[in-house]
Amino acid sequence: MAEFILEFEKPVSELEKKIQEWLRISKDNDLNVDDELKLLTQKLEQTKKDIYENLTPWQRVQLARHPKRPYTLDYINMICTDFMEFHGDRRYRDDAAIVGGFAKLDGQPLMVIGTQKGRNTKENVMRNFGCPHPEGYRKALRLMQVADRAGIPIVCFIDTPGAFPGVASEERHIGEAIAVNLREMFDLSVPILAVVIGEGGSGGALGIGVGNKILIMENAYYSVITPEGCAAILWDDRSFSAQAAAALKLSARDLVELKIVDDIIPEPLGGAHRDFDAAAGGVKTTIAKHLVELSAMSPEALKEQRYEKFRHIGAFKDGK
Amino acid sequence: MALFGSGKARYSTLRPTKTGPNKNTLIPEGLWEKCKKCYGTVYTRQMEENLNVCPRCGYHKPITAQQRIALLSDSGSFQEVDAGLESVDKLKFEGVASYTEKLRANQKKTGMKDAVVCGTVTLNGIRYALAVMDFRFLGASMGSVVGEKITRITELATAEGLPLVIVTASGGARMYEGMLSLMQMAKTSGALKRHAKAGLPYITILTHPTYAGVTASFASLGDLTLAEPGAMIGFAGPRVIRDTAQAKLPEGFQTAEFLLEKGMIDRIVARKNLAHELALCLEYFTSGCKVQDGSK
Repeated sequence: MAEFILEFEKPVSELEKKIQEWLRISKDNDLNVDDELKLLTQKLEQTKKDIYENLTPWQRVQLARHPKRPYTLDYINMICTDFMEFHGDRRYRDDAAIVGGFAKLDGQPLMVIGTQKGRNTKENVMRNFGCPHPEGYRKALRLMQVADRAGIPIVCFIDTPGAFPGVASEERHIGEAIAVNLREMFDLSVPILAVVIGEGGSGGALGIGVGNKILIMENAYYSVITPEGCAAILWDDRSFSAQAAAALKLSARDLVELKIVDDIIPEPLGGAHRDFDAAAGGVKTTIAKHLVELSAMSPEALKEQRYEKFRHIGAFKDGK
Repeated sequence: MALFGSGKARYSTLRPTKTGPNKNTLIPEGLWEKCKKCYGTVYTRQMEENLNVCPRCGYHKPITAQQRIALLSDSGSFQEVDAGLESVDKLKFEGVASYTEKLRANQKKTGMKDAVVCGTVTLNGIRYALAVMDFRFLGASMGSVVGEKITRITELATAEGLPLVIVTASGGARMYEGMLSLMQMAKTSGALKRHAKAGLPYITILTHPTYAGVTASFASLGDLTLAEPGAMIGFAGPRVIRDTAQAKLPEGFQTAEFLLEKGMIDRIVARKNLAHELALCLEYFTSGCKVQDGSK
């Protein structure tokens, strides 16, 4: 895959290129360039820190959409063993934009489900860019009910621009598919973790997102509407996307403050795509921590806690 | 805003009319109105007597929550709950206009505190819980207040063993409340699960227009789903779908009639029959088994 560098990352990539250049010079001419390298490496680390520790919400949205970012199946393969994928909604077809199946996390059986993006054009045609049709949500619910029957926890990985806005989607009632998931997820007796690993695109994300806990990666976002969509509606101009991203309070830290997200999963400096193993390590540790906590709860307590979590979300005043 | 390059052509367009000269005639304000669908001129009084349905073409004009409540209840039976709930600008939304200003303007325009009115009511003597959305208030978008009030009326219906009826109309989630508004979809659906588990009936009446976050939550969860003729109902807006598909949309796409054909709704009910049909549904749900043994 071609190199993909975001505008704000250019100072980093330029320094990285310079370091490579010095290494080449040193090798070709048998020169000692240790001093130059040391200086450049120091500068690189500082630049990375300056950039990545002060990301704007819009920059985080771009990192969340980074085409080299680990996707659902990458995480499943890195942190789980014995993954058995299951297919189909038993009504219409198998939607490859949502994957799911049994898997083990350190021996603990789970049902893992997630929206899945493609890495290249061919994959994206199959995965529909991670935008599920109704049958994706219906498959997801079917698998959650299988987990409920098996009495094993459910982990949902969320990484979608949104449910697919198309004629077929509407004809097969995408709204109903999501609505039914929202209602039925409240009735499951097993622990549910919703983990936003990239894009949390509105109702399409929430459709598999009714968890006892909602976790989000440091550079992921979760929003009621895309910044572009919000900018188009409120500013009548998509070039205001950065302002919209800030206004929507869609980043991990904002969502913790709004008491929607329960925990943030740290990412390697520069984003998950820069170090898959480190990213997966963070995901695994955080999931395991919350599963331990939830596993101690009875089925009734789990349902009650899930209801109460969502029941208290909102801000209003009561003038009586 | 940039002086150049917004990309949008700025020229005036003329709406097609079937009645020739436009409304700038010497007709006193408020006596006549123009139907939005057939562009025909109709006496306002005639329109009102016809429940705000165009007598020429049958267009169902959106009505206010108060008008809807009057339509679906025994006179004087409505008892409002949670009337004091008001939205707040939790996100301190920094956009073109402040959310607080928007709220104030819409409150002034409608005389409502937010976009939904809830309460208990009787129809033909059958008591039920009712929530009615009013599109005039910020497009009846669902923020924390709408979500909270729908949840509370659902919980009240569950606690008191009442059937629940929600009349929907909405542009979707309220952007100004960000993720707080999205999460109302889950909150309301969770409350509906408890209502259903208590064995209680839930009827939705979808009116024009019902979209996005409301379609993808409580609007689609009725035991029975009724809709008004011609109502536009969907998840994604038609413009978004057209842009994605780069193709023409099917005839009548996302109308109530289209949804009936595709199996999404149970019945299309004209406004003049709505109270009667709702009363019948409630009667069927609440009368139980009354079969007499004829042999005795």
